[in-house]
Amino acid sequence: TVNFLYFCDLFFKAEVEETLKRIQAHKGVIGTIVVNAEGIPIRTTLDNSTTVQYAGLLHQLTMKARSTVRDIDPQNDLTFLRIRSKKHEIMVAPDKEYLLIVIQNPCE
Amino acid sequence: MPPKLPVKRHQSQGGTIGSGVKSVHSRISKTISKKRDEDAATEVGEGADEWTSAKTLIKPPDQLELTEAELKEEFTRILTANNPHAPQNIVRYSFKERAYRPISYVDQLAIHFSLDGNLLLRDSDEGRRQSARALLEAELAPVQSTVIEAEETELQEEGSKEDMPAAAAEEAAEGEEPAPPQLREQKLTNQFNFCERASQTFNNPMRERACQMEPPPRATFSATVNQWEIYDAYVGELQKLEKSKEKEKPKATAAKKDEKPRGRKLTSLESQGDDVTKVTKAAKIVERMVNQNTFDDIAQDFKYFEDPADEYRDQEGTLLPLWKFQYDKAKRLAVTAICWNPKYKDLFVVGHGSYDFMKQSRGMLLLYTLKNPSFPEYISSSESGIMCLDIHNDHPYLLAVGFYDGNVAIYNLKKLPLQPSYKSSAMSGKHTDPVWQNELVHSDVIKLSVEGTTMEGPEGLQLQTIGCGTSFDFHKKIDYLFLVGTEEGKIYKCSKTYCSQFLDIFDAHHMAVDAVNWNPYHMKIFISCSSDWTVKIWDHTIKTPMFIFDLNSAVGDVAWAPYSSTVFAAVTTDGKAHVFDLSINKYEAICSQPVVAKKKNKITHVQFNPVYPIIIIGDDRGHVTCLKLSPNLRKMPKEKKGQEVQKGPEVEIAKLDKLLNLVREPADKPEK
Repeated sequence: TVNFLYFCDLFFKAEVEETLKRIQAHKGVIGTIVVNAEGIPIRTTLDNSTTVQYAGLLHQLTMKARSTVRDIDPQNDLTFLRIRSKKHEIMVAPDKEYLLIVIQNPCE
Repeated sequence: MPPKLPVKRHQSQGGTIGSGVKSVHSRISKTISKKRDEDAATEVGEGADEWTSAKTLIKPPDQLELTEAELKEEFTRILTANNPHAPQNIVRYSFKERAYRPISYVDQLAIHFSLDGNLLLRDSDEGRRQSARALLEAELAPVQSTVIEAEETELQEEGSKEDMPAAAAEEAAEGEEPAPPQLREQKLTNQFNFCERASQTFNNPMRERACQMEPPPRATFSATVNQWEIYDAYVGELQKLEKSKEKEKPKATAAKKDEKPRGRKLTSLESQGDDVTKVTKAAKIVERMVNQNTFDDIAQDFKYFEDPADEYRDQEGTLLPLWKFQYDKAKRLAVTAICWNPKYKDLFVVGHGSYDFMKQSRGMLLLYTLKNPSFPEYISSSESGIMCLDIHNDHPYLLAVGFYDGNVAIYNLKKLPLQPSYKSSAMSGKHTDPVWQNELVHSDVIKLSVEGTTMEGPEGLQLQTIGCGTSFDFHKKIDYLFLVGTEEGKIYKCSKTYCSQFLDIFDAHHMAVDAVNWNPYHMKIFISCSSDWTVKIWDHTIKTPMFIFDLNSAVGDVAWAPYSSTVFAAVTTDGKAHVFDLSINKYEAICSQPVVAKKKNKITHVQFNPVYPIIIIGDDRGHVTCLKLSPNLRKMPKEKKGQEVQKGPEVEIAKLDKLLNLVREPADKPEK
């Protein structure tokens, strides 16, 4: 059973890696960032300064958005945040501990 | 008035009465004699009136004889405050000037007479004390008392140098005076031979000690509390309570101990895993989002586009291609089965394999969702090609898959990675030839194999058929009734209750029957298609077909539309999809459209989505295409003013019946 669990673990890890790779390879995707609960980027495909800027600001914004949703109804929660700008679409998926941020140019 | 008797004030010791009387007398006499000479004259000169009248006769012998004139002569004397006897030439040595200097100020006070009274108030403290003492002495010894008294006084008067003997005498005399006995009073302390001792204890000196500590570290803390934070805190507290309760319960059971280390191993394994696994769900969602953005136009078409050209085209319709699903690893594998999930309307399963029996290779099971057209949701590859599949109606996560090698496997989508959770084997009675069709009815798998046996999983129901079964379908309502299509072109109507006999045999096609399907509305009607280019519609009570359609190419699959009893779609190997609506056109398809890029691509399967107006078709290159039915292809009875639009299965049955009646009357002819 331990072997099986280890296999499962590997499988899931590989699956996530694959998914992230696919997202990054997708048409129009500019960058993918994984941010932890403190707002520190732990994985990125962008350059350092851009990553830090995106991570810091979007973390704040997400926390604020989440707070807003939960203030209205504590049993509710934020599941997704989409920001459509003139140039990009920024997608933020808040998971339990991490934020997944993807920046895409939808016009491409 | 000038003092007549200048008295020198005498300070006697307090407490003795009448002491020093004699001395006073003597002193007075002296002073009088001294001053008389000076004062006499004044006395005479001033208030002579009264005195003279009485004493004129007496003249001292040494009186000066004065004449009348001399007597009348006035002498003026001025009384001054100066003491005439005060010395005026006192000199003292001044050390400062080193010479004798006269002292300018001399005391001018002269005391002529001084007398202390010796009377005491009887009631005063002193008086009482005195009387008490006198009484005491009288009692003890009237004779001796004087002596004692004298002694006492002697003692008392030690400090005083004056009048000692006189005082002693006085005391003695006085002692006898208070004769009457009085109330005895408490013995008083001897005022002179009394010593009071008092001591003060040593007082510890006050001490004050202070020291300053290092101040404790300080920090500023500020936070805003939201409603949800409070809510979370409460929820967390509740969970804690529940956990603690749960922990208390199983303490007694020893079995738990065995489980614990296992749990630890699990967590340690999990903790080893990269943190990234935690974004699995988020990553999936984002992937769909990204796809939605890129395929935005298609999504819009899927949802909103209604071909406006249909209005002018009268009765014909079109199919609008939407997404195209493909997966690299399944590129060379034909789509051998397609099935929508009954619960999740956007999810469908595709089985890959090969219809070329000379080139059998691996198989692939893929689950796609419309939300992510670029990549399958679930992937599972198998050694043998997949021939058919079905999803359980009540448990939409259960998949039954039939393989070319004759095996049947059950997949559970809840258990990842996707692997067959059950697989038949030679032991459990697998088929030796391809499983052509299977269906999940309740929880039993019914499969159809080339051998010509129909098997129901656990019960092992076997039906011997003459030919090779290729397809079958269970009746929607009568659950024992089912149809089997065979390679020889025959269709058998069978029942689960009779395993050795057929209820009926239809001599349907000249070539293999590729699909048989019951109409979803009309219980008597079923459709069949075959590689002999035809699609036929049957009434299972009548041995001859009701409708026959020739499609000019081998028909791979046929499917009834879920929204109408008269609409069905058929796909042919020349890459065309045909949609029929019997209520509109009984003879020709209302849409016949090539839907794959290359003509060589054979379309193998078609399925209607149970909800959306779309169909999916699979070809032998491994592609799955999603197509939207234009409005004409899903035409509902037109709304008439004032009339309610009738809907429901009854209407659909009636609609089909009406058509069938048209056919039945001339249907005495054997075939069209």
